[in-house]
Parts: sequence; structure tokens; C-alpha cells
Amino acid sequence: MPNQPMTNHISLNINGLDVKAPEGATILKAAQGAGIYIPTLCYCPGLTPEGTCRICLVKIEKKKKLHPACRTPVEEGMAVITDDAEIELVRRVTLELILSDHDFNCLLCPKSGTCRLQELVNRIGFAEKRLNRLNRVAKDLPVDTSNPFFDFNPNKCIQCGICVRTCREIVGVAAIDMGYRGYELKVSTFGDKPFTESVCVSCGECVERCPVGALIPKRIEYPTREVKTTCAYCGVGCGLYLGVRGNTVIRARGDCENPVNRGELCIRGRFGYKFIHSPDRLSSPLVRAYDPLERIAHGIDETGRPGKPLTAPLVKREGKFVEVNWDQAIKYVASTLVHYKGDQFAAVSSAKCTNEENYLFQKFVRAVMGTNKIDHCARL
Amino acid sequence: MTNTIPEIGKAACIFVIGSNTAAAHPIIGRQINRAVGNGAKLIVADPREIMVCRMADVWLRHQPGTDVALLNAIARVIIEEKLLDTSFIKERCEGFEAFEAAVMAWDLSQAEEITGVAARQIAEAARMYASTSPATILYAMGITQHSHGTDNVKAVANLALLTGNIGKPSSGVNPLRGQNNVQGACDMGALPDVFPGYQKVDDPEIRKKFEKAWDCKLNATPGLTLCEIFEAAHSGKVKALYLLGENPVLTEADTNFVEEAISHLELLVVQDIFLTETAQMADVVLPAASFAEKDGTFTNTERRVQRVRKAIEPVGNTRSDWMIICDTAKNMGAKGFDFNKPEEIMEEIRSLTPIYGGITYERIDEAGVQWPCPDTEHSGTPYLYAERFTTPGGRGQFTPISYTPSAEVTSHEYPLILTTRRSIFHYHSTMSRKVAGLNTLRGEEQVEINPVDAAGLEIEDGETVKVVSRRGTVRAKAKISKITPPGVVSMTFHYTETRTNVLTHSALDPIAKIPELKVCAVKIEREIDYRTEYWGWGTGKD
Ligand code: SF4
Ligand code: SF4
Ligand code: SF4
Ligand code: FES
Repeated sequence: MPNQPMTNHISLNINGLDVKAPEGATILKAAQGAGIYIPTLCYCPGLTPEGTCRICLVKIEKKKKLHPACRTPVEEGMAVITDDAEIELVRRVTLELILSDHDFNCLLCPKSGTCRLQELVNRIGFAEKRLNRLNRVAKDLPVDTSNPFFDFNPNKCIQCGICVRTCREIVGVAAIDMGYRGYELKVSTFGDKPFTESVCVSCGECVERCPVGALIPKRIEYPTREVKTTCAYCGVGCGLYLGVRGNTVIRARGDCENPVNRGELCIRGRFGYKFIHSPDRLSSPLVRAYDPLERIAHGIDETGRPGKPLTAPLVKREGKFVEVNWDQAIKYVASTLVHYKGDQFAAVSSAKCTNEENYLFQKFVRAVMGTNKIDHCARL
Repeated sequence: MTNTIPEIGKAACIFVIGSNTAAAHPIIGRQINRAVGNGAKLIVADPREIMVCRMADVWLRHQPGTDVALLNAIARVIIEEKLLDTSFIKERCEGFEAFEAAVMAWDLSQAEEITGVAARQIAEAARMYASTSPATILYAMGITQHSHGTDNVKAVANLALLTGNIGKPSSGVNPLRGQNNVQGACDMGALPDVFPGYQKVDDPEIRKKFEKAWDCKLNATPGLTLCEIFEAAHSGKVKALYLLGENPVLTEADTNFVEEAISHLELLVVQDIFLTETAQMADVVLPAASFAEKDGTFTNTERRVQRVRKAIEPVGNTRSDWMIICDTAKNMGAKGFDFNKPEEIMEEIRSLTPIYGGITYERIDEAGVQWPCPDTEHSGTPYLYAERFTTPGGRGQFTPISYTPSAEVTSHEYPLILTTRRSIFHYHSTMSRKVAGLNTLRGEEQVEINPVDAAGLEIEDGETVKVVSRRGTVRAKAKISKITPPGVVSMTFHYTETRTNVLTHSALDPIAKIPELKVCAVKIEREIDYRTEYWGWGTGKD
């Protein structure tokens, strides 16, 4: 908030650098603010830090033990070391433990390239010998493919709990939780049922945040460009980016800068864009061909099977539609409407169309057709 | 909405009435979750056990259509226990005395009887709302889609005025608008009685301004509302209808009547992206481009005007709606439709619409601007009524409201109340049904029936039942669940296979002309009556 009073700043020292951080900030925030990298895995901005993965451990002067940077608040005069041989070793062992029961098979994993675990392996590395000793029998749990938009592969899950916190703290549904214990610990829905049989609303927020390939979209495609726009479903008006490849929309993601949704989306916004390329889209103007239209309709193939793509104007003939071109369609509409000017005419506008289109349409109805008989579905 | 969406997350008390927020407006539902997580109190009034009920401190399960009785009772408790904001009422409101008299004439046991909510719970909700600040009210179609919807809205407003919970951050009355641009369509004058910016068509001054700008003579008589248009079509007064992206055959109340009305028309032009049920009845169908294929703006429920940007070229041989309208108008010889791009249209809009005066594409590029925004110096208005109300005197108007029952009540023959709802997986009737995955999640209608009623009718979970009202019959699968209370059944209206709105009642609110979609009387019958089939006992019916 811009009009909030300036918070008090705390001075501390990280790796010998003097750093200032607002009161209540964590060591991680302070370090990030000063451009110092601390590896993290279970930390996710916007969620309560739980400190379960221990990858972010740092040393604090005059304190025993190592402390997780993601959830330890800064204190005045604190001196922190984020990086030395001992910390390196601890991180490496921690990482090896995570890898030991991970289905470590990047070549076949759809997350490869954007995976946070992969990134940490590259940064921190592991000792192959030790890992082999630690390695358990690879898990072979069934993959939950029930949801039409995403899969859950428990063999890839690193139990970071980000999905659980997302569903509880952001979505408020709490469809998933950590179930079972010890080595068996896994993310599961109530009663360990498939996702579609749980209270999950398929919003995909957890999928968006999962750092590895455990909760993963059914199809991963990378767009060549993204276009910032507004969701066309409900009145919340979430900002989104449509990912485009060729002339096809292949992805939608929330716009983090948008003040309405700050990057979040619901199921309709995230997955509902697929109607754009539905084979049922109209593709030609259609006219129902009565007598005056014989001429127009002459020699034009009949279509009009309901559900047929409508991407050209159509006219109906003897109860059937015929496809016509735009000039014919516009001419037909214009020349027919002339006879209905005034009170015989009414129009229904659309709450799906843009402001500009609604404005033009009411202008057309009022100025050209000479009536105020216009409404839209505000009441439904 | 009088507030912005993020303000909801910062409220100390939220009162949700007649809005299945988590399903219909999921992102706003999450703000409720956020507020509750920060310790806010939550009051929910809904006959159905909707998702937000789980988080609620108080859940008032009132009978459908009894909102006024409930709200008046809450107001009475607030006045009786002196929890009202007297200085706010004195400084900023009028009509309090008449309102007080009306409310005090209304006692709690009466309300208890009508609404079915215990007086103790009503009092608890009243205390919570009145004594936790800032408090905000969210409501949606559950309040407006009644034959007395305007009364409901005013009763809600009374409550906010009474406690001074309006015109401040995180504190106000927030109707959640349904469709993505329903706010914009209203702002742009797609209404029978106003020009863009809610400027009255019967005001000669205003008309003169538009006549000058549009260079034509304008009609001074307000037109007809949607339901009235279909009535006029039915009786032959309206002969030609031009429909833009609308599917009334599925979404209007009492759709059999609507279909008949459409068949009486001489000309029906439908402009849409799909060959909808309505488009199949048209004489001309014009294929439009979708939101991903054009530029423009949408105005959301918090009055934020935001950009829509063209991501791809129009699919197939489709065209943007604005181009089609311009072409048609020009073909009819009209002037003033020479636009090359939507931005030019916005320039004309803002020159004629004071509340949009400062809305330019450049200014809304990043994050949108909330109207009223009179000029390009103004940064927009996050919350309304900070200093004055829009009434002539600038004061908040209390309105005494008395409870009227719904237009159609249950009877011996139609013993159940049907109330319509939305599923989180679909939106209205067309777009989401074209997404395969969404259909996988919820591909058919489910009638929610309470176990008590189901047992009485010997209905099993998942069996197909007939839902019958005085206007028609539809079939759907039964879903036995305690989400709906005994005596009430609930259906969505997304499915062409089950046209729920064949059943609904088109009784209109006298002022807002909204049909009573939330309450009608129905009966449920088994598709096959095993008792007669197999035992030949008969049940008195055939
Ligand atoms: S998809 Fe949404 S509702 Fe389902 S588990 Fe993930 S976050 Fe929860
Ligand atoms: S599914 Fe993903 S987000 Fe959830 S616990 Fe496993 S790794 Fe973490
Ligand atoms: S993403 Fe969901 S909540 Fe947001 S505007 Fe779209 S439909 Fe509404
Ligand atoms: S990121 Fe800090 S413990 Fe996991």
C-alpha cells in the first residue's frame, strides 16, 4: 500500500555485507533484497514458509545449529553466513536425501528445463557414491490422470508441501494434504481418491506452483509470444496472458501485475480458453434462403448441420442454412432491416462483447433504427 | 461494486448473501478466504450449503425468497441493541424514521417462522455485522433474480447505511456482476432507458447532446427490457430482432415462451461465435470473432476498465462484432460509423460519457482505471460514496421495505422449490460447454435433492428423474445431497440437454424487470415408477 507509513528498517550483516531490511522480514527476503542468492525449494512467495526442505539453511553468528533462511526473521545486528564449506556439505546431503527417493529421470520428464530440483542439482551437485548408497528402491506409485487438465505423479513429488499450502491458503479449498508417514509420506486427497472424486475445483494453482514434475499439465507447450488481455468469462475480470503459437492460443496464465487477480486464475480462466479453437466455431455467414434470396443463394452449397463450424456468414433456405459471403450477408441484413425501422425493431446486446461494440450497437439501434428497444442479459 | 476486489481481503467482517462466490466468482471467493485467514468474521446467508459456508462463523439457512424478512430482522436487532452508527445516519442519510418504524413493526418470531432461521442466529449475525468494522456485503443473483429483487437490494443497502458500512475502504455494498462485461454493457447504454453513462433518454438536454454528436433525430420513449422484448415479439408488436452473442433459448426464464416468441418473428439476425440453440432459429447468422481475436475493453464488476488485446487473427471467415455493426450501418447509408480501430470508438465514447471521460487506451494500458474518471487528470475511483451518495440530495436514502412472498409458492401438486445456480466448471451456456475438459468434469445436469425428499420419493442417487413445473418438464440425473435443504431442489442452466429454464417462472420485478429465476415450484417424478412397472400396484397416478 502506498500510503502505509514507512516500516522501521533493521540493519544486519550478510556474508560481510551490510544490509537493511524491513522489520519482520525473513533472512531470505533480506538476502534477496541485497542480491544474495540462497537456494530454496519449499519456499513459495505468497505462502506461509514452512521450512521443511532444509535447503536454505544458513549460519547465524553466535547461534548453534543452522537455521532455515526462509522462515527466520531478521534481528538487529544479526550476522549471517549463507555460504561456506559446511553449509555446502549440509545442502548437498539434504539434496541427496531428496533425490534418493525421487524418480530421477529428467530425460523423460516433461518438467525438464523448468524444474527447480534440476536447477538445484546443477547449483549444489551431489556425490554419486553417497547417493547410490542412499538410493531406495524407486517408488512406483500409480499416476493420477483423472483430471482432464493435469496429472499427479507421486513418484516425482518431493513433499515440499507447496501444493497443499496453495490449496489451503490461496484457493481455500484444502482438497489435498500430506497423508501417510515416513517414507510413505505423500500428497493425497481426502481418502486418497483420484483428484476428480475429491473436492478439488481444478483451478490449477497448485500445478502452477509445483517446483518439479509431480503436478504437471497434461500437455506442455511453449508459446512463441504472449499477449496481455482480460479473461472473457466472469465479471471479476482477471488479467491474463494468452500464449500464442502460430495462429493458435495454446496457453493462458495469470498476469501477476494485475491488481484484480495478481497472477491467480480459476479453472475457467486457466483452461476455458480452449473454446477459441473449438471445431464448433461458426466460420461463414449463413442465411436462411427464402424467395428473395434465391438469387443470392444460387449455386451455394447447403450447410446448416447444427454444430458445424461457423466461420462464414450463413443464410437459411427452406429451413436450411446456406453459406454466403460477407458482402451478401451484410447487404441482406441491411436491406431487410430498412423495412423494420422504428418500433417494430428490437435488439439484444451482449455482456460478452467489448465496451466499444456495445456502444456501437446501441448507437446503431438508436441512431439508425430509431428506437430505444435495446437491452442485454444484465438481469440473467 | 462500491469497493475494489482486493479490499474484500482486508475487511474485518464479510456478509455474503445470495452469492455462491467461490463457484461463480472464484477469485473473489479467494479474497474471502484471505480475509478469514487474517481473522475476519464471515456471515453467510444462503439456502444451499455453498463452499464458503465451511469458513463461516454464522450460516443463516433461510428459505429461498425470504431475504427481506431476514434482512429486516437483522436491522431490527441492530436498532434494538443500539448498535447503529447514529452519527453516520445523522450526517449522511435520510428517511431513517420511516425505516425504523417499519422495521420495529416486524418481530423476530415472525421472521423466524418465515425464514426458518432461529432468532438467536439472526441476532448473532446482526451483532457480528454491526460491531466489526470495516464490514462489507457481497451479493449476486441470489438477491436480484426475484420478483421482489429491487426490494432485496434496498434491504441490503439499508443495512449498510444503518451501520455506516459504506463509502470507506473495505466497507460497502458489493453486487458481483455475472458476465465478464455486463458492467460495461450497462455503462455503454445497452439498456432501454439510458444512453452511455446512464444518461436518460427522456431528458431533452441529454438527447440534444447525442443528437448533435450523432447527427440524427433520437427517439424519446424508453424502450423495452429483455423479457418485455420477448413478450412484444410474441404478440407481434416487435417483428425484427437483432441478437448479439446471446442465447435466450437456454438462459431466459420460461424458455418455451421465448422459443414461441422467436418463431413469431419475421426476421431474426444472430451474431455469435457458435451456432447456438437461438442461432439455429435465425434467418441470418453472422459469425463473430472471439475475445482473443479483437481489440477493445471490458469493464469488470469493480468498474475497472481493462484492455482486451488481439492475440490471433480471426478464426476462419469470422469478423469482429464492431466491424460487422459498422458495415451494416454504412450499408444502410448511416453516417458516424467510420472507425478503423476500437481505440477510435473509445475516443467517441469518452467525449459523450462523463464517467468515462478520462479513459484512454494509453491510460488503461497497464492496470486499467476504475470509473468514475471524468478527465485525463483523474486517477479513477476505487470506492464509491466517500463523501456523497448519488441521490439528488447526496444523502443515503433509507427505504422501508416489507416482505412479499415469491410470485410462485409451493402447492400440493408442486411441493418443491427449484432454485437455479451455477457450476464452477461452466459459465453460462455456450463457451465453457465447448471445452472438452470442462465437460469431462461436469458434462451433465444434476438436480440436487435433499435425502429427506429423495427418500420420500424413493429416488436413488444418479437415477434420471423428471422435474416438472407448471410450464414444462425436463429430465436430469438426481444427486442426493445435503447441500440443499429439505423442500428445495437446485439445478444449473448450462446444458442444452437439460433446459432448466423451461421450468423457471418469468414473473418480473416491477422495477428492475428481472425474472424470478431463483424461486419456482416444481415436483419431481421418477422416470420409471417401479411400483407400477413391476408390481402393478399403481400409485394413484398413471
Ligand atoms: S487444482 Fe486447485 S483445488 Fe485442486 S488441488 Fe490444486 S489448488 Fe486445490
Ligand atoms: S506435488 Fe509438487 S508441490 Fe506438491 S508436495 Fe509434491 S513436489 Fe511439492
Ligand atoms: S479467471 Fe475465473 S474468476 Fe477470473 S475473470 Fe476468468 S472466470 Fe472470472
Ligand atoms: S526453502 Fe527454506 S526450508 Fe525449504
